[in-house]
Amino acid sequence: MSGTDQPMIDFRKQFFANERDDNLNEIGKPTRRQDITGHVTGRSPFYDDHLFEGLLHMRCARSPHHAARIRRIDASAAERMPGVVRVLVGRDVPRNLNTLLSLLDFGIDDEPLLSTDRVRYRGEPVAAVIATSDARARDAVAAIRVDWEPLPHVLDVEEAVKPGAPVVLDVYPTNKFVYHGKYDHQKLRFGDVEAAFRQADIVVEGRYQMSPIEQAPMETCGAIAAPEQNGRFVCHTSTQALFFSLATASKTLEMPSSRLHFIGGTVGGGFGGKVDSIHEPLAVLGAMLTGRPVKFMWDREEEMQVGAPRGAERWYLKDGVMRDGRIVARRFTGYFDSGAYTRLSSYAIIKGVGHLPGPYTIPNVSADVYCVYTNRTPATAMRGFGITGVDFAIEAHMDKVAEAVGMNPVELRILNAYRDGDMKAHRRLAKNCALIECCQVVAEKAGVKLSPAMLAAASTRDGGGERARLPSHTATDENGRVQGYQASSYAKKGAKQPPPPGALALPPAARTEAPRPAAAQPPPPSTHTPAATAPRAGSMRFSSLSGFRKR
Amino acid sequence: MALHRGRGFAAINYPIGMNLGGDPSQALIHSNPDGKFTVALSAIDLGQGMKSVTRQIAAETLGVPVEDVYVDTADSDTGPHDMGSFASRGTHRMGNAVIMAAREARAVMLEAAAEELEVDASDLVTDGRGNIHVRGAPGRSITTLAAAQAAQFKQGRTIAGRGIFLIPLSDVDPDTGEMTPVSTFAHAAMLVEVEVDDETGEVTVTDMKSAYEVGRALNPRLVEQQLRGGAWMGMSHAAWETTEPYYPQRDHGPVDFNTYLMPGPGDLAPHHISILERPAEDGPYGGKGPGEMCANPVLPAVVNAIYDAVGVRIDELPATPEKILRGLKAQGGAKPKKRL
Amino acid sequence: MAMKPVTFTLNTEAKAAFTEDGQNLLDFLRRGAGDLSPKYGCGQGTCGACTVLVDGEPHLSCLVLAETVQGRRVETTAGLGQARPHALQEAFMERFAAQCGYCTPGMLMSAKALLDRNPRPSREEVIEAIAGNLCRCTGYEPIIAAILDVAEGRIRA
Repeated sequence: MSGTDQPMIDFRKQFFANERDDNLNEIGKPTRRQDITGHVTGRSPFYDDHLFEGLLHMRCARSPHHAARIRRIDASAAERMPGVVRVLVGRDVPRNLNTLLSLLDFGIDDEPLLSTDRVRYRGEPVAAVIATSDARARDAVAAIRVDWEPLPHVLDVEEAVKPGAPVVLDVYPTNKFVYHGKYDHQKLRFGDVEAAFRQADIVVEGRYQMSPIEQAPMETCGAIAAPEQNGRFVCHTSTQALFFSLATASKTLEMPSSRLHFIGGTVGGGFGGKVDSIHEPLAVLGAMLTGRPVKFMWDREEEMQVGAPRGAERWYLKDGVMRDGRIVARRFTGYFDSGAYTRLSSYAIIKGVGHLPGPYTIPNVSADVYCVYTNRTPATAMRGFGITGVDFAIEAHMDKVAEAVGMNPVELRILNAYRDGDMKAHRRLAKNCALIECCQVVAEKAGVKLSPAMLAAASTRDGGGERARLPSHTATDENGRVQGYQASSYAKKGAKQPPPPGALALPPAARTEAPRPAAAQPPPPSTHTPAATAPRAGSMRFSSLSGFRKR
Repeated sequence: MALHRGRGFAAINYPIGMNLGGDPSQALIHSNPDGKFTVALSAIDLGQGMKSVTRQIAAETLGVPVEDVYVDTADSDTGPHDMGSFASRGTHRMGNAVIMAAREARAVMLEAAAEELEVDASDLVTDGRGNIHVRGAPGRSITTLAAAQAAQFKQGRTIAGRGIFLIPLSDVDPDTGEMTPVSTFAHAAMLVEVEVDDETGEVTVTDMKSAYEVGRALNPRLVEQQLRGGAWMGMSHAAWETTEPYYPQRDHGPVDFNTYLMPGPGDLAPHHISILERPAEDGPYGGKGPGEMCANPVLPAVVNAIYDAVGVRIDELPATPEKILRGLKAQGGAKPKKRL
Repeated sequence: MAMKPVTFTLNTEAKAAFTEDGQNLLDFLRRGAGDLSPKYGCGQGTCGACTVLVDGEPHLSCLVLAETVQGRRVETTAGLGQARPHALQEAFMERFAAQCGYCTPGMLMSAKALLDRNPRPSREEVIEAIAGNLCRCTGYEPIIAAILDVAEGRIRA
């Protein structure tokens, strides 16, 4: 099959052997999975494996338009249909506006559970039928009449950021998320890329498009909620983040978390698609309003078209390269397609920017990355969130750079690879690097001949020193400056939401200080006590429980 | 009309844990009357093996056999707070919380054993097979079962431990992007071989050779599961999958698995994996998190291989036959590069 | 809605339960007969998570009308290896052929149907037998290897 006699897996224990103790009792052992007997007997308890007498089924009526005003929702015919117990609309949701990362104090509430006046993507829910069977719920959904007034829409990220484009969300009137209350994009500035481009022998440019992708877990997203004793509600859920979903339900239902009992932990695949906490609040609300167990579960079509995908990303890269293959400047312009609401895309961009320019030491790096709203299904996390798309761009681009300078593509990576002690573009020192060794092992396996210098290279050698220095000059700018947002860490509207005490007084992370050695930053667990890690003022909000504790 | 073979390479790194920190995980551990331990978490096992890896970490730290540990997750009434299973944070963050909890429980267990053996607890060691003995004197020993029972039914001690791991949230400079995104990175390199049919535009991945650096492979078989399955997903992302085939248009969106395409068991490529282990200094026993990064190198390696095979650059994923045929047409047929 | 009694054999047990008009076998097994091992993955017959055997033949239970199993024998993963693990279960455990575990019951049923009619299948025959069972976690290779371990006698019950 493979045409080679190589093993399907091997462990290269000779690398970094002096950094490991390989003689532990349980660590490093191929112990069978704790859950494997449950899996092979069909007894593993997934959320839908909890049976309830009198279970009701919830299904949503959804927008057929990319953008529309809702003039009227008429559920009267649906409510009279056999088996229909209740139809929920937006006004039934106690707090019908949320942004997922409000639990991290990040962003402005922008998304209703059930839209009341306007829809912003095809598939957006406007009403939820609760009925005695799934089939009856589907029939009733078809009987809901909505009087739509279609509105102009925009689907492309670069169209959406042009002046005059249809506004997707009024709270972000230029269709761009606001970073740090200051800019309509996330910046990265390290050195002076424009000056370096002028000195480079070759400039290589590229445009890359990452496609939207469905997480496609075999188990579709959902939750079953039921009244429990003492005014509590149990919720069996497929969530990837139990307390995230619990806190989101607590916030949107204006219900103390002590009344919520969430159970999960055995999930039929997630890949990032089960963080959004859509189902739990609606299932609990249904159980509250009917007094009966309610299941809200996507079918496969909803999973694919309504469930948030890995968002599309568009990247423009420009490299300045010397004839010997050294990359001296790299500039990124990126557009994340967040879809109609923020969900988690704003956060993924910061993660992505902290990752640039990829695993290479490049003395001049610049990035402008935009979180753009369009009239499509909101995007969310997926395996490699914030990284997969830009890594595709970077590594496809590296191949073009290798061709432009006439260099072996593996050697180009090793030449530019980051090494222990190098300064990274986000101004922290690299440590624990291993890119070079991975490249060498693959070259060896594939019979790619490397020069003696490339074979001799190591992540632990030749880093630091000159390569540890911050650029003597960094070109900064105020492009994309916004007004009317508070200059705290995260985007917040001025008058509406005062910052937590102390947040404004915080200096930005030390910009002119000598870089802290990265190794000293996170204390090892043995010395890690809660007192020693007291976070900054206003930190209650980092806890996913903070939203209601503060009230 | 012909089949063209090509090779493509890519290398990546991957940040472990939630960006900027601020993502705590907690763990509680206690001993049962039979000397077995229950680990209570709110972590989620999505198939990545959360229950299994925390079980091994707990057993290692407690000094008891893995069979003596059961991980119970996730019930918000009994499991303490955890941010969740995403951002490659599970093993790293929760693993550390479990170590802290297990150390505390282990200390009580050793105190109980010391009282029974009439020695100082600091002189005791565990053998990992259910025994506690005086260092250098294996004869002076007590089983973990006897120690647990003595603690609970004679001495009046609770053998329990609490653990939390939190890297405090850090700020971002709006003007320069200066930040402390994460504490450690995983790494990978990948070379794929493809066959491109210049008549149909179809791409077949015929072989993958990879090296993944994962910190410590806490359980080598769980790591292999992630890498093999993740690289399959990368291949799928590269040449098969999308919810919007004509992005940014929303037409032709798939609604079932007949129209949402992924490689099946007949479409696999042999994947030769090499694993490197450079322990993360703040990872649990050096572990990082292999689950997310494993797909990433495959996407660019496939498009680079297509270019190597026929000279067509695919800068927009997925690399469908339609895009390849359009590229071939635009350049007047296959132009093999054979650079690698 | 009319309820209809259905009597059938579920694994080794005689069962009688009521089915509603139009109820599919998957829903009937799970909620009517209390066998939760077949899983809902798509309801469209495109993922295989609900695969069960009816008189030894693999069927997508989400596409089968419940009443059609009247008098027939239905096999599910819940009935597999009740005294000791079935060879396939042992092989799946040993080969780490499950991650999230959601496709596993359907995968096991397709594999069992294959081995019941062809105890020594080739790799190609194994692939064909599970081609209708999707897995999003494993990349299939460990599943193929596990089934071949049983087929080639490396792992027995």
